[in-house]
Amino acid sequence: MTSLLDPVADGAGPVRLAAESVSLAYDDRVVVRDLDLQLTEGSLTVIVGPNGCGKSTLLRALGRLLRPARGQVTLDGRAIQQTPTREVAKVLGLLPQAPVAPEGLTVADLVARGRHPHQTWLRQWSRSDESAVAEALAWTDLTELADRPVDELSGGQRQRAWISMALAQGTDLLLLDEPTTYLDLSHQIDVLDLVERLHTERGRTVVVVLHDLNLAARYAQRLVAMKDGVLVASGTPAEVLTEDLLAEVFELEARVVPDPVAGTPMVVPVRRLR
Amino acid sequence: MSTTAPERPGTRGRAVVRLGPASGRLRWRQVLVPATVAVAVVLLGAVGLGRGDFPIGVGDVLRTLVGLGEDRQRFIVLELRAPRIVVGALVGLALGLAGALFQTFARNPLASPDVLGITQGASVGAVAAIVLGGTSGVGGLLGGLGVPLAALAGALATGLLLFVLAWRAGIDGYRLVLVGIALWAVASALTDWLLTRAEVFDATAAYVWITGSLNARTWDQAVPLAASLAVLVPAALATSRSLGVLQFGDDTARGLGVRLVRAQTGVVLIAVGLTAAAVAAAGPIAFVALIVPQIAVRLTGGSRPPLLTSGLLGAALVIGADLLTRTVLPTALPVGILTAAVGAPYLLWLLVRGRRSTS
Ligand SMILES: Nc1ncnc2c1ncn2[C@@H]1O[C@H](COP(=O)(O)OP(=O)(O)OP(=O)(O)O)[C@@H](O)[C@H]1O
Ligand SMILES: [Mg+2]
Repeated sequence: MTSLLDPVADGAGPVRLAAESVSLAYDDRVVVRDLDLQLTEGSLTVIVGPNGCGKSTLLRALGRLLRPARGQVTLDGRAIQQTPTREVAKVLGLLPQAPVAPEGLTVADLVARGRHPHQTWLRQWSRSDESAVAEALAWTDLTELADRPVDELSGGQRQRAWISMALAQGTDLLLLDEPTTYLDLSHQIDVLDLVERLHTERGRTVVVVLHDLNLAARYAQRLVAMKDGVLVASGTPAEVLTEDLLAEVFELEARVVPDPVAGTPMVVPVRRLR
Repeated sequence: MSTTAPERPGTRGRAVVRLGPASGRLRWRQVLVPATVAVAVVLLGAVGLGRGDFPIGVGDVLRTLVGLGEDRQRFIVLELRAPRIVVGALVGLALGLAGALFQTFARNPLASPDVLGITQGASVGAVAAIVLGGTSGVGGLLGGLGVPLAALAGALATGLLLFVLAWRAGIDGYRLVLVGIALWAVASALTDWLLTRAEVFDATAAYVWITGSLNARTWDQAVPLAASLAVLVPAALATSRSLGVLQFGDDTARGLGVRLVRAQTGVVLIAVGLTAAAVAAAGPIAFVALIVPQIAVRLTGGSRPPLLTSGLLGAALVIGADLLTRTVLPTALPVGILTAAVGAPYLLWLLVRGRRSTS
């Protein structure tokens, strides 16, 4: 499987964001070990792996929220830790796994906060802020709910509001940590269609953490599998989602059959291996 | 200047203002409420100049203000009442702002200088100065500083301790509240211990100070307070933009380009400074910083205590309460007793109601 570990798996385009032999730790506990990953311009990467394997931790490091214990993350060839937060925030948006909104904040205000990196003390609400927010609301189908407090929305609507905020930030790169949690299947498809449109129509570089392997296979241009803080496989969904890999990474005995709709691999679980 | 009518989604009740390179959004309630409260502050202050043990008519007050009054009226209005009202207003402003800063920052309506032990720290300093003044050693040193400076030192020291103990690669709001409550307990115990050692006369003076009072405030307190607020209030208002983002979790805030550690440090230090300045001037007037921001946010709407409105409302509350104690109530109680009488039940209500954002 070594060829799948080749960091430049998706070829085309310049590398925007890269992890170079990155080790990540909380205090002294190492969570991610010696990981290499390159994200090229306009790619759509999906990261999968069992709970606690370090997906969110990796995403936080890629977004400059966590300083690597060893190695470095580069953004457009420049060490991200040396780049000012604000500059990073103009090109890279990150949706954390469980964001919290202050009580009473309306959807429109939440989305407007996404403009923060573009605003200054003097210029607090420019025309481009206004249009970016309106557009982000429209893309996530939230225009109707704009004046509702975020804490009074359903879990799925709330999730969309956060995605909308990340969109309003207007960044080339988007890191989304489990954007489909809480969503029913049709809204999951909605969100992933949105992500795909961002990628195809807007040329955004997107990284998404997902738990649903079948949806991951359906939408990923490139699939990355992690286990215990190590990158185990990387490549097209068909290359990565094999019965062997499912046994190794998820300890799951499963059949992999072609998805009758998209032709991508589809995982049919048999039983848990112990 | 162009003011566009609300037409876009999410613009209900607001106006967009653009002037050259400057632009911003205003919610009408965020303009109207502070304007109304500011008028109330001025009115309360004006009434306060005339009312008291020697009522003075409006005409005489005005004449005195432009320098035409008799000597006795001049003394009462300009030397007794005016500094008292100015100190009261500034103290309220500082406490309201400090409360709003702490509460927004910690994402917790309980976070206020009273609950975080900073005002109790000031009490330790002041009581030590009163009780130990004239003795040798640290106590004598504190006594030599005078009560206001000792209170200032106590508040700043506690604030710094709070900052250092709550620090762990940045400040977590929840941790800040826990550490603050512990500091509050320690400082209260220290104050009690000092009081048990005090002479009766000193103990009485110390009790009055601990209650927070505007009695016998002169321009000597008003001037340094005004000078420090001239720096701290603009600094506090300037944090408004980053506070709006700090309200979110740390990850979200940093993802939006906020330099977290710098922003947090700034907010906490400004809030500590405001509290210390207020407490040094009038003692720990209880609960103003706790209740005012929560009332303000209910008046203006929105998701966080508005800074300016909180400050103005604090000013109105303190001089209003002081006016009540001077006129309606039979004995001139220290103003802190009145604010505590209002604030303590409010605190209970807040705890019982258990806001969702604190869980
Ligand atoms: N703030 C933290 N402090 C200490 N340890 C942490 C912290 N956050 C995560 N961890 C630990 O790091 C490991 C990886 O966590 P991470 O959140 O990256 O997993 P994940 O792959 O995103 O899991 P999930 O699928 O459940 O979201 C876990 O063992 C977790 O306990
Ligand atoms: Mg996670």
